[in-house]
Formats: sequence, C-alpha cells, structure tokens
Amino acid sequence: MMFMGLYNYWIVVVLMMIGLYVVIAHGNLIKKIVGLTIFQTSVFIFYISMAKVDGGTAPILGDGLSQYSNPLPHVLILTAIVVGIATTALGLALVVRLKEAYGSIEEEHIQGLDNHTFENQSKDEQGCC
Amino acid sequence: MLLAHLPILQVIVPLMAAPLCLFLRHSRLVWLFAVIVSSLSLSISIILLQQVMSSGIIIYELGGWSAPWGIEYRIDKFSAFMLLIITSVSTTILLSAQTSIEKEITEDKHTLFYILYLLSLTGMLGIVSTGDVFNAFVFLEISSLSAYALIALGRDRRALWAAYQYLIMGTIGATFILIAIGLMYQMTGTLNMNDLSRRLPEVAQTRTVFTAFTFIIVGICLKLALFPLHQWLPNAYAFAPSIVTAFFAATATKVAIYLLIRFTFSVFGLSFSFTTLPLQILFLVLGLIGIFVASTAAIYQKNVKHLFAYSSLAQVGYMIVGLSVSTVSGLTATLLHVFNHALMKSALFLALGAVMYRIGSVQLSQFQGLGRQMPFTMAAIVVGGLSLIGVPLTVGFVSKWYLLIALIENGWWPVTVLILSGSVLAIVYVWRIVEVAYFKPVWTDSNQDRKVIKEAPLSFLVPIWILVMANIYFGIDTRLSVQVAEAAAQSLFGVSP
Repeated sequence: MMFMGLYNYWIVVVLMMIGLYVVIAHGNLIKKIVGLTIFQTSVFIFYISMAKVDGGTAPILGDGLSQYSNPLPHVLILTAIVVGIATTALGLALVVRLKEAYGSIEEEHIQGLDNHTFENQSKDEQGCC
Repeated sequence: MLLAHLPILQVIVPLMAAPLCLFLRHSRLVWLFAVIVSSLSLSISIILLQQVMSSGIIIYELGGWSAPWGIEYRIDKFSAFMLLIITSVSTTILLSAQTSIEKEITEDKHTLFYILYLLSLTGMLGIVSTGDVFNAFVFLEISSLSAYALIALGRDRRALWAAYQYLIMGTIGATFILIAIGLMYQMTGTLNMNDLSRRLPEVAQTRTVFTAFTFIIVGICLKLALFPLHQWLPNAYAFAPSIVTAFFAATATKVAIYLLIRFTFSVFGLSFSFTTLPLQILFLVLGLIGIFVASTAAIYQKNVKHLFAYSSLAQVGYMIVGLSVSTVSGLTATLLHVFNHALMKSALFLALGAVMYRIGSVQLSQFQGLGRQMPFTMAAIVVGGLSLIGVPLTVGFVSKWYLLIALIENGWWPVTVLILSGSVLAIVYVWRIVEVAYFKPVWTDSNQDRKVIKEAPLSFLVPIWILVMANIYFGIDTRLSVQVAEAAAQSLFGVSP
C-alpha cells in the first residue's frame, strides 16, 4: 500500500538516478544532454505529483465541487519546462559548434585533442625561451 | 512616483533593454546604449542603498499582489550592497568592452554579445532583489544560460568545451536547487522567503526539510565553485572573452555566495543551518582545502588567465571560511571580501584584457619585458596582485584583517595560521608574474618582431585605473564598505529578512 501510494515518487527517483548516471557515465555529448533532460523531467514529475490532492479535481469552479488540486506547481513547472528547453537547445547548439571545431562529439576524443595542443604549446614555449 | 518602483526598475531596465539592442544595428551604438543602461542600473542601485540605509527594508509587490500570493521584491541592506557591487563593476567593465571585443569577437556577433551581457546582468540583479525562491531560480537560469553563451563566444575552440562543461555542471546545480524548492514548498506551502523562514522551524525536524537543505547547499556550492565542485571554473574563465571573464570573475560567484548566505541565514535560519548539518566544520575544511589546492595550482599555471582563475577559487575559500565562523564579525569579513574581491579581480582581468588586446595572448612567457612596454597596465596588475596578497593600503588587507579578527575572536588560532600561510602562496604566484614582466628581457620571437608593443589604449586604461584607484581608496578609507557590510551582517543575524 505504501509502495503503491508513493508510486509517482518512486518513478521520480528512478528517472532522476538514470538521468544523472547517463550524464556522468556517457562520453557522448548528445547522450549527456539526453541524460540531463531525463534528470530535469524527473523533477517536473515530482512537482506535478505533489500538486495532486486526493479526490481533488481540476481547479475550475463548478457545481458540487469543493476540493481542487493545487494549480501552483503546474504553473511553476511550465516555467521550469521553458528553462529546460532553453538549456537543451543551447546545449545542442554547443555540440554542433564543438563538432565543427573538433570533428568529434566524444568527450575522450575532444579532451585528447586539447591535451595535444596544450603539449605543443608548452613545447613551443620551451623552444622559444 | 517613480521612486516607489525602483526595486522592479532595477531588474526590468536591463531586461527590456536587451532585446532593444537588436534595433540598433551599429556596434558602437549598441555599446553606447549598453553603457547607458548599465549606468542607469548603477544610479538606481545607489539610490536604493541610500533608501535602505536610512529607512530600512524596501518591499515591492509585483502587480500589487500582496506577499503570499504575489511575488515580492525585498531589498534589505545585504541585497542593496550586492546590487551596488554588481552594477558598478558591470558599468566600469562595459566602458572598455567595445575596444576589447573588436579584437576578440567577430563583427556580426557584437550586438549579440551586448544582449547576452545585459541578460546576464538582469539575472544577477534579479537573484539579489527577489524575495521569492522560485523567482530566484528563474533568474539564476537567465544569468547562467547567458553566461554559457557568453563563454562560448571565446576565440579559442576550448571556450566551447569549457562552456559545455559549465552548462552540464550548472544545470545539475540549478536542478538540485529546483528539487529543494519543491521539497520546501511541499512542507510549507509557500515560496516566499519571509514566509518560509517563519514556517520552516515548525517542520524543521522532518527528513524532507533536511533533504531540501542538503540539495540546496550542494546546488549552490556547484554554482559558486567551492572545492571540490570547482572543475568547471578555470577553463570557463580562461577561454571566455576577456570582458566576460572580468565581469563574471567579479560578480557570478558573488551572486552564488549571496544565495548561500540568503538560504542559510534568512530562509533556514542560523540555528537550523549550523546545527542540523555539520555545516560549520564542512565549510571550514572545504574552504581551507580550497585555498591551498587552488593557490598551489595557481603557482603552476602557464596561462595568466588560468592563474587568476585559480586564485579566484582560493578567494572563494576565504569567503566560505568567513561564513563558517558564523558570527557577526565572520559574516562581515565575508561580505567585505565579496566587495573587495570584486574590485581586485575586475581590475586584474580587465588589465589582462588589455594585454590580450596588444599581444593577442596571455601566456606567462609572453609577459617578458611587458613592465617596460605597457607600464600602466602592468602597474595595475601589480597593485591588483598586492591586493590579492593582502598588503596594507589595499582592499585585500582590509578583508583579510577582518577575517583574522573574526577567527581570533573565536579562538581559532590554527585556522589563523593557515590563512596567513595561504597568503604566502599568493605572494608566490603574484611574484611569478612580476618577475617575468619586470626582470626579464623583452620577449622576442624569431618569427615576429615584438618591439612595437605599445601601452594599451585609453578606453582600457581609464576603467582599469578607476578600479585600481577604488582598490586603494577602499583600502584606506574603509568607512563606506565596512559600515555597509557590518550593517548587512547585523541585519542578517537579527530579525529574519
């Protein structure tokens, strides 16, 4: 009963962990963004779940209705969704630019290229001084 | 009439100005417009500070809806102090923006640069003005999203990678804060900071509130780059355009410190914050490790922007140590250091911007002989460096002095010794720059002739020296900064916000 009553919250926790795991564990930049989106979505579900009032209806005045669900978290999460979309769009735009600049969207590859140029730079410096 | 609307004007002026930039096609016009908007914000913040110091907290109800239903803006001494720091630094830095970005950003992106800059400014001002936790989250995201885009404007392709990493870390931090806000709302049914501070003690013993507090501390610490959550910062600062670095180094982490203080002191309350979690020892240890790890890392950097970015991390450590004392004098020291560090780092990074403008690089090896070629710029870096070390007659001395007094009052002698030895590390990394710039022959490359390096243009020198003079002025005449910081600290310890 306890488990079923908190069903939404279990889903939230599971999704949150999947999202965070993908962000941390995957080296592919697109997959990281996907993970980030899943992570954010779990928080959206969390807000929506907490707005539910047992036996409450949609918050529209009507005959014979006395109990309503809380509309405020819904409104909050609309804003958070917009923020999430902006983040995803910006992240993906950065990935496009990264692909153009490095020719790769793998974290290891990009870091390898950076370390390579860094070593070259320090060699140049040693050579010049 | 207009005076009553100042709290909202503070935020809305740069917000509305940002899209208007699109109509002014010409890059110089947009620059002029941005400077005017920023100085307008500065004058608003000065008036607000005067009002708050004389007549107490200003409450502004958005759209006339009173507090628990509507969003309220709440300017107390602490917020007014932060508003002044942000707007004054922003205005001074903007003065040299046009000259700097002409070399560092392609022509077609100039307008976009100013739009992002104003949006970022809006976000920071919003976080500081608002009295509503969800509103603070939205503003945090406005300033962060524009920050990611601004950093990605850097010439080096590594700027893109730094921006991407910052985006991932920043979003995780912001989402943690969002989770915490949700949990707090679930327990108290309110988003208003003032209401929260009244209702949270009733449910303080529940695990939900405890979880919310943990999430918010971790989320904010990600944003303020407290050790060990600092990895995104050095590269983001090093590869962003110079103007962006100067602006963010002076303001972005400070705003995160503001949020941290606001949540621990005002919203959750001092007794909850420092008893439920072992926050005192946590901040003390992390702050100290941060000071030592970052200062040591700074010594080994080859890129001067990297060097000062690591030094910024060390300065965050000092602020957090001041917080961990959790007395009025400790908090005063933190607030003073927020103000003083903003002055030092904006001067230093702007001077680096001037070096970048003339040489096109900020590698330490290329600083050879710059002391003779760009005397005024290098002198500014030296004064800024002395301030970082905490030499008397500079602002750095004032805040370190107050921090040491706070520590001694508490009887934390070992920490005092550690703080002082942290300053020794600062001497080492500042000396490395001085040594290269003043005591080595002029840098020559077989491929190019470097004898033609001239002093930076006036559009750089004037703002740099305004900031440097402020560094010295507030190091000697400490009345304004200390008085305001003390009043703000006392109000944070006194009644809730």
